[in-house]
Amino acid sequence: MIPRHQTFLFVLLLLASVGMGAMLWQMRERAHQRLLEGEDSAPTQAPAVTPAQEITLLAANDSDGSMQPQAHTLPLPADPGARARAILGKLLDLYAAPGAVHPVPGGAASITQVFFLPAQPLYASAPAKPASSARPAASPSTISAPSSSAETSSGASGSALADPSSTQSAVPSEPTTPQLAVINLTGAFANNHPSGLEAETLTILSLCATLHANLPRVTQVRFLVDGQPRPTLAGHADLTRTYLTSDTAGVAGSQP
Amino acid sequence: MGAARLKIAILYGWELAALVLLAGAPVFAQAPRAPQPKFIVVLDAAHGGDDAGAALKSGQAEKSLTLAFAVKLRSLLTARGMTVLTTRDSDQAITPNQRAEIANRAQAQACLSLHFSDTGSGVHLFVSDLPAAPSGHFLPWKTAQSAWVNRSLALTGEFNSALQHASLPITLGRTALAGIDSMACPAVAIEIAPERTPGSVAVKSALNDPNYQSRVAEALAAALLVWRTEARP
Repeated sequence: MIPRHQTFLFVLLLLASVGMGAMLWQMRERAHQRLLEGEDSAPTQAPAVTPAQEITLLAANDSDGSMQPQAHTLPLPADPGARARAILGKLLDLYAAPGAVHPVPGGAASITQVFFLPAQPLYASAPAKPASSARPAASPSTISAPSSSAETSSGASGSALADPSSTQSAVPSEPTTPQLAVINLTGAFANNHPSGLEAETLTILSLCATLHANLPRVTQVRFLVDGQPRPTLAGHADLTRTYLTSDTAGVAGSQP
Repeated sequence: MGAARLKIAILYGWELAALVLLAGAPVFAQAPRAPQPKFIVVLDAAHGGDDAGAALKSGQAEKSLTLAFAVKLRSLLTARGMTVLTTRDSDQAITPNQRAEIANRAQAQACLSLHFSDTGSGVHLFVSDLPAAPSGHFLPWKTAQSAWVNRSLALTGEFNSALQHASLPITLGRTALAGIDSMACPAVAIEIAPERTPGSVAVKSALNDPNYQSRVAEALAAALLVWRTEARP
């Protein structure tokens, strides 16, 4: 004979189990409903973006060592760092595309960050005098460095290109305080970059020239790789240097 | 005894004087002229040791090609009477500062940094992109080349003319290269790429083609001969 209190306890526990089972089932149904509602709430319209603006990319060409301006339209964010990153990312996307004339793997994801600092004076030297004997007798290809020296574009004998700063229209009017841009590259980009004086120099110069063409306040550029200074890009071009972009307006390429 | 000596001196005095004059004549004729200053060229075979440089499509490392080319160019320059110093004669690692130290101690009239690459076509001539600065007794190590940039550009002009005469494609440029930037001498970085058919990516002369390398080396040697003539007063 089962005592009465035990029977009462058994019935109570049974009812509690059934009740908890029912509650669990109900909670499961609610969670499922929430999940479905979440899927339904996915955006069906593209978010509103800034209007596309025209930018100028100084694209490098390995065959003749030149940089040619290319006009593109791109939606640009308002933040200067994000804007610079988007512009340089577009340039690196060109280099990563199949059939690129300056092939560099990586693309836009190779630039982690771009930030700006006030520019500092670098060289307190006398203005340089062009060495006339160094000018090419004929018309070899010329790579113009983003240097402030007068010889920078002295070797260019081909068709001079338009001033990139005059072609840009994406930049609103801003104060003219010179800025130092710091470009933080990924380690994968530097490790996979083709090794060679010309290839590395062209990459650096085109990044500097493109930045200056679209953000004229940028007069100096420094590079970091994974947030750290790195001696060279891929074994040749010095990455510890502060590059000057002020004279990249005369960037010119010519056919040999 | 003393009278005898005096007699001998009187007897043979004229003969001794004549001997001294005769012996002196050829001495003055053969007086050494001022020694001609040595024309020193420093050849810097880039990379070495752990730093293999570019991995070229031919399967060779850049460091091997630069060393072989430096040896070839050294023999050509030595045959032309130049004193040649190399920054390395074997597969050893040398820092950019050590390369510049060797060049600066030599007080060379020309310093060439030799490179090879699969990118581009022909010979790429690079000068430091440092702005030119007046020379002084003390030069900052990292920008020592700035006092020599104009001479480096002039030397590049000689290379440019000689390479064009050899019908080789040329690319001129300015770059930032740590070793070159610290050199206190006319310095040029020379990067040799495959010779390609104009307007095409087809390779006309491969990097490891001995004939192609010889053409480049001969052109560089010819340019340095002209440079030596211009460097001497």
